[in-house]
Amino acid sequence: MKILIPIKRVNDYNVKVRPNQANTDVDLNNVKMAMNPFCEIAVEEAIRLKEAGKADEIVVVTIGDDKHQEQLRTALALGADRAILVKTDNPVQPLDVAKVLAKVYAAENPNLVIMGKVGIDGDHNQTGQMFAALTGLPQATFASEINVDGNKVEVTREIDGGLETLSAEMPAVITTDLRLNEPRYASLPNIMKAKRKPLEEMDLESLGVTIDEKVSTLKVESPPERQEGVKVETVDQLVDKLRNEAKVI
Amino acid sequence: MKTLVLAEHNDTSLSAATLSVVEAAKQLGREVDLLLTHNSCTSVLEEAKSVEGVSKVLNFSHEKFSSEVAEDVAACVVSVSAEYDFFLASSSTSGKNNLPRVAALLDIQQISEVTDIIDEKTFKKPIYAGSCIATVQSSQEKNALTIRTTSFDKVPNSGGSASVEDKEVPEPDTRKSDFVKNELTVSDRPELTSADIVISGGRGMQNGDNFALLEAVAGKLNAAVGASRAAVDSGFVPNDYQVGQTGKSVAPNLYIAVGISGAIQHLAGMKDSKTIVAINKDEEAPIFKVADYGLVADLFEALPELESKL
Repeated sequence: MKILIPIKRVNDYNVKVRPNQANTDVDLNNVKMAMNPFCEIAVEEAIRLKEAGKADEIVVVTIGDDKHQEQLRTALALGADRAILVKTDNPVQPLDVAKVLAKVYAAENPNLVIMGKVGIDGDHNQTGQMFAALTGLPQATFASEINVDGNKVEVTREIDGGLETLSAEMPAVITTDLRLNEPRYASLPNIMKAKRKPLEEMDLESLGVTIDEKVSTLKVESPPERQEGVKVETVDQLVDKLRNEAKVI
Repeated sequence: MKTLVLAEHNDTSLSAATLSVVEAAKQLGREVDLLLTHNSCTSVLEEAKSVEGVSKVLNFSHEKFSSEVAEDVAACVVSVSAEYDFFLASSSTSGKNNLPRVAALLDIQQISEVTDIIDEKTFKKPIYAGSCIATVQSSQEKNALTIRTTSFDKVPNSGGSASVEDKEVPEPDTRKSDFVKNELTVSDRPELTSADIVISGGRGMQNGDNFALLEAVAGKLNAAVGASRAAVDSGFVPNDYQVGQTGKSVAPNLYIAVGISGAIQHLAGMKDSKTIVAINKDEEAPIFKVADYGLVADLFEALPELESKL
């Protein structure tokens, strides 16, 4: 079984990102970049399937400029077998990404596609579902457990009221939620070995996908700050404030 | 052209989130229709007809909708899409699952988690876990929006008189994925995202059993119980309790954070609450920076006392 893992390069999740001076975009100058945490979970799950003897090849793919090689090398160091960089210097939106991935999917023919449910930058939560739509594949989003059995995959999904389990025919698209697994760290020998693993580059234009900015960003601002309130000394005071001042109980 | 809202329900009643999405839909200034997929849920259909501001209910009733699969819902939406130039769903897990599939099939770049409708092409939405607010503009003729429901009032689910149009379910017999089972959290408490009062516990609760202290206070206030990611990751409570960037966004009238330090990712999910109370024994905890009322106290003493005084 072959697994395709699309990944995204984003800000390190520990960094608080702020608007730039002109309020036209976020300021990512000197911000540490990393693999999107949900994508790390996707890579980890694929490696575990391979370790369990259920998968034999893991291909990672991302879209962007040369710097995106870093995240592909990280995935290779973790255990992916080969990587594809679809090169473009232009920003891409989820629908564009889904179209590019559909082309890569057609060329690679994987049995399973596992990807993060959301990028922690744009907070779109769209790409997996859009990719599944364009390829006509079944989708199982927000996975907290994945069991491959023959040509079917059973996925437990985190939904608002609790958990839901779906069974999908493969090939299928799965997006990962936080509790699916805890990703490992790459060891130094594996980081060295990853440098010799194959990383193929192709131009986005050569795939026949046209990028158009259907949604543009006019302004990026900080959210309104909340005023710090008062400290109360006792539970009685608290109850009194809630009853008589805030009038919320 | 009109606006289509994807209705959500639990087989007996409409989700409160849908009522907020209808409010957002009304702000777009077009006729609003509701798309309902269900398996003979008469009470939901009756409620859908009564939602204020809805002109028509597109009624997709079929056995297979005893469970919801995105592929089926998307096919229904696409089958009626010609009449609509806006497609709206809530930013619940259901809306997030279904709407991008619809959008891609219609070649629309969706806009997620809309908190403000400025005009019919311009919207505000949080990015970077709420660290920034982006104003975005669409150049598309048709648009798909998921709505952050805490940013919009709910329309009443009574007083309306929508017509009902029965619809054929496209390709009713094909299904590449199928429902196996649900394990839903059973609670007498109100639902987290629509409750007027929410009381949440963090790592300071120390274990899952101690959440009984929160439950007791919640019982007095008719509040929903939530948790921080730290509490969920520590295994105190299930993930569907989680309030924050990777959990649910809530904006109740009163939010009580107990034993929660106030990590950015938690604040992202609750800082739009009207009144915030923090109870924490660490007076330096960042949660106090956003709290209207802070009580520096040991929660194991403060919670029973609070319960007895309500």
